[in-house]
Amino acid sequence: MSEQRIVTNIENGTVIDHIPAGKGKKIFEILKLSEHSGRAVLLINTFSKKLGRKDVIKVEDREIEEKEINKIALFAPNATISIIRNWEVVKKRKVELPEIIENVVSCPNKNCITNFEETTKSKLIVEKKDPLKLRCWYCEKVFGIEEIL
Amino acid sequence: MLSLQNKSIISIRDLRKEEIEIILNKAEEIENKLKKKEPLYLMKNKTLVNLFFEPNIELRISFSTAMRKLGGNTIEIEYPTNTKNLIDKIRMIENYCDVIVLRHPKEGSARLASEVSSKPVINAGDGSNQHPTQALIDLFTIKKLKGKIENLNVSLVGDLKYNAMMKSLFYGLGVFKANITLASPHELQMAWENIEEVRDKFGVKIFQTNNIFSAIEDADVLYVGGIDKEKFGDVFEAEKIQKSFRITLDLLENAKEDLIILHPLPKGIEIDAKIDETKFAKYHEQANYGLPVRMAILSLVCE
Repeated sequence: MSEQRIVTNIENGTVIDHIPAGKGKKIFEILKLSEHSGRAVLLINTFSKKLGRKDVIKVEDREIEEKEINKIALFAPNATISIIRNWEVVKKRKVELPEIIENVVSCPNKNCITNFEETTKSKLIVEKKDPLKLRCWYCEKVFGIEEIL
Repeated sequence: MLSLQNKSIISIRDLRKEEIEIILNKAEEIENKLKKKEPLYLMKNKTLVNLFFEPNIELRISFSTAMRKLGGNTIEIEYPTNTKNLIDKIRMIENYCDVIVLRHPKEGSARLASEVSSKPVINAGDGSNQHPTQALIDLFTIKKLKGKIENLNVSLVGDLKYNAMMKSLFYGLGVFKANITLASPHELQMAWENIEEVRDKFGVKIFQTNNIFSAIEDADVLYVGGIDKEKFGDVFEAEKIQKSFRITLDLLENAKEDLIILHPLPKGIEIDAKIDETKFAKYHEQANYGLPVRMAILSLVCE
């Protein structure tokens, strides 16, 4: 059976493709897809011409929002998002890492004010894209993606 | 024209070289007036709030005196370390003052305060992050005593990981293109990202060592900070490390004739008290420069 046929197409919803192998589970978690009332599937280690192996997520009856795309970009900077309506791809775009990531993930520094004052939103500045380096706007500490995971 | 009016002083990383120079020049002007006992009423009818969530008597006195010497008033507020709701406190307090001096144990607190305050906020230390006014005093002292900062060999000795003053000064020295030696025990080394940032932004020479002799040899300025025993689990090991980074007279035998030793004061065991009497000890002079520099900062942001 070809890899494409493992999971059926969806009528309405979102397909997140080109996720680096191993990162799909994290994206599934941060998008809280296990709490989604419709169907959602995580396909791991599927064949990819570009990546060798990749993960893919399909979510029925939910269109991923802009803010969520920033979350995805943190873990899968080359992922593509396809919005499906009535079996057709109506919108397809590559995720793009923004220069500033606000209130997506907490600052990993336990002594940062954003982890002390509940009302404060986190704000991370992208200092370098490859390898990813983020600087907390408040405490000024620099982190790699592995420290945020 | 470049102005610091209404600017919060949160991190030395926010200041351009020209802005630092404005502060240092203003401090020079104020110092001359203080020497001549000329009255300075730059802050007449203005109020400073010293908002401290972490005690530091010397620092509070320094800011209060600076404000009063400028003809202004001060309000002193001290909260317990774990007090929450900084945002509401700032929003309330800003109605009663023209400038807020904030010391807080959490990193990033001063930045957060500056975002909600319509009045300038001066960071008097936010955990292990930044202490910009001390770095400005240090830069002023080096410039006064050495005539320049550029190309001087400056060694920073002690805890370079958790000490906010060291981080701020390190960046400031980079701005002025000093040659920097970082001497610390392995456990308390400057974070790699700080080194990388200063090296890449300013192209300065940075040398890292855990050998105190290498830090003294060829140094024009030796900046010494304490090593906190609490940062180590093993007290015996901590005391051993403290001793190996202690500046004693015999260590200075081969030092440059015109070496100057600086310390933010009050000092602990990291400098032998006998050094106080030598020509190398300049930390009391450095403490003296705290007043004109803090007066300069206050008067510039409240212009």
